[in-house]
Amino acid sequence: MDHQPPPFFKRGPAPLALLSFYLALSIALAVVDARFRTLEILRQGIGAVTQPLQQIAQAPARFLADAGERISTATSAQDDNDRLRRERLEMAPQLMRTQQMEAENARLRRLLGVSERQAGNAHVAEVIRTARDPFSRRIVIDKGLQDNVVAGQPVIDDAGIVGQVTRVFPFVSEVTLITDKDQAVPVQIVRNGLRSVVFGLGDGRLELRFIPANADVQEGDQLVTSGIDGIFLPGFPVATITRIERDSAYSFARIHCAPTAGVENFSEVMLLDERKTKPLPDELSERSDDDSRSTDRGSRLKKRRAGRD
Amino acid sequence: MQPTFSSSRILLPVKGWFVVLTLIGALFLNFLPISAWPGMPDWVALVLVFWSVRESRRVGMGWGFVLGLAMDVADASLLGQHALAYVLVAHVSSSLSKRILWFPLLQQQLHVLPLLLLVQFVQIGVRLIAGASFPGFAYFVGPLIGAILWLPLTYALLLPQYQPVERDANRPI
Repeated sequence: MDHQPPPFFKRGPAPLALLSFYLALSIALAVVDARFRTLEILRQGIGAVTQPLQQIAQAPARFLADAGERISTATSAQDDNDRLRRERLEMAPQLMRTQQMEAENARLRRLLGVSERQAGNAHVAEVIRTARDPFSRRIVIDKGLQDNVVAGQPVIDDAGIVGQVTRVFPFVSEVTLITDKDQAVPVQIVRNGLRSVVFGLGDGRLELRFIPANADVQEGDQLVTSGIDGIFLPGFPVATITRIERDSAYSFARIHCAPTAGVENFSEVMLLDERKTKPLPDELSERSDDDSRSTDRGSRLKKRRAGRD
Repeated sequence: MQPTFSSSRILLPVKGWFVVLTLIGALFLNFLPISAWPGMPDWVALVLVFWSVRESRRVGMGWGFVLGLAMDVADASLLGQHALAYVLVAHVSSSLSKRILWFPLLQQQLHVLPLLLLVQFVQIGVRLIAGASFPGFAYFVGPLIGAILWLPLTYALLLPQYQPVERDANRPI
């Protein structure tokens, strides 16, 4: 038998054992979060503690911003009012025509037997803050599970697509901007209907990829959502092409775009309702039950492509 | 007068609630909107290094892990990214604490700078592996500022432990 004297100081497990335990735990968390994205419950639990603290920390800055607005003079408010009233009058004929055209479009679609277009209903949300993470481009808005926000909803402002809700907490949700490095938006060129996908570069610019070097693309072309992804409704402005580099060494052209919406600005945004998914054909619906648990967007896209062919 | 091992001044024992309060205060400072400005130090890392050096038996890897998870959720970053960096830095600084405390404060800053850089390097490594792009060299300015702040921070956080200088000719120490 081996008798050890009791330790003078109780220090718990050896530091190296503790270190390896914590390191293994954090690496496991990082891998699970990056690969499988199944830790949202844990995130919401921790968020319930950190978010009140964040709200308190942000309060003075918001109070100052509000105070600035309050002491703005009555004349500037009057000017704003006049401008908005003028704008509304100018927009009115266009809006009336649009309403009439939408009704006509729906009627014609019914006559042709094509399914009706979904109306884009939107709810206003306020941008609370930008996420502090320097590696990604995300904003936090003041609508969450309580307001029936679901991950995947498109977010727009008055000029175009801003991003997509990627994570929902009870009272707030995180929006990944279209300029984030991993964010992709399927688009088409307004002028000729050429379809492609626009990717964020992570530095505030966008890039249109997989366009052949000899394709009909011009600087200044408008890009709108194509709607074939089943997430974004078709027809919302996304970006404008700013620069095209054609290099004969590569089969694809390098096309840089600038977002149409005020993606990096702090203001109000609108949450578009989730798009209704179209039912799959019968022979595919069994397979879709098997994959329905996979949250990976790529596999869903692939499945949809397989469904179209 | 200097709060190092070479100083002859005796400090009062630290109060547990004060340590917890400063750590939560650091978390609060990280949540302020100004923390998104370039060159802002990571307050949690700084205060965590401070207490791991000073009170390595009270504050260590456990606190690093918990605060790291809180930062991960608040930052919308990869879960475990801050936790990994804070756990590592808490371990290194507590194992170096006996050495660091022998130096005068200005030289302690030179020891703290690599520790704070370690936090950024670990995070950048984790994110680059996960597929993010390099955020630019401004990311490494924070640790420089943090190391400079080590001196005022030491005086501020040790303030409750100072006792009035009392000269008694009959007392041995």
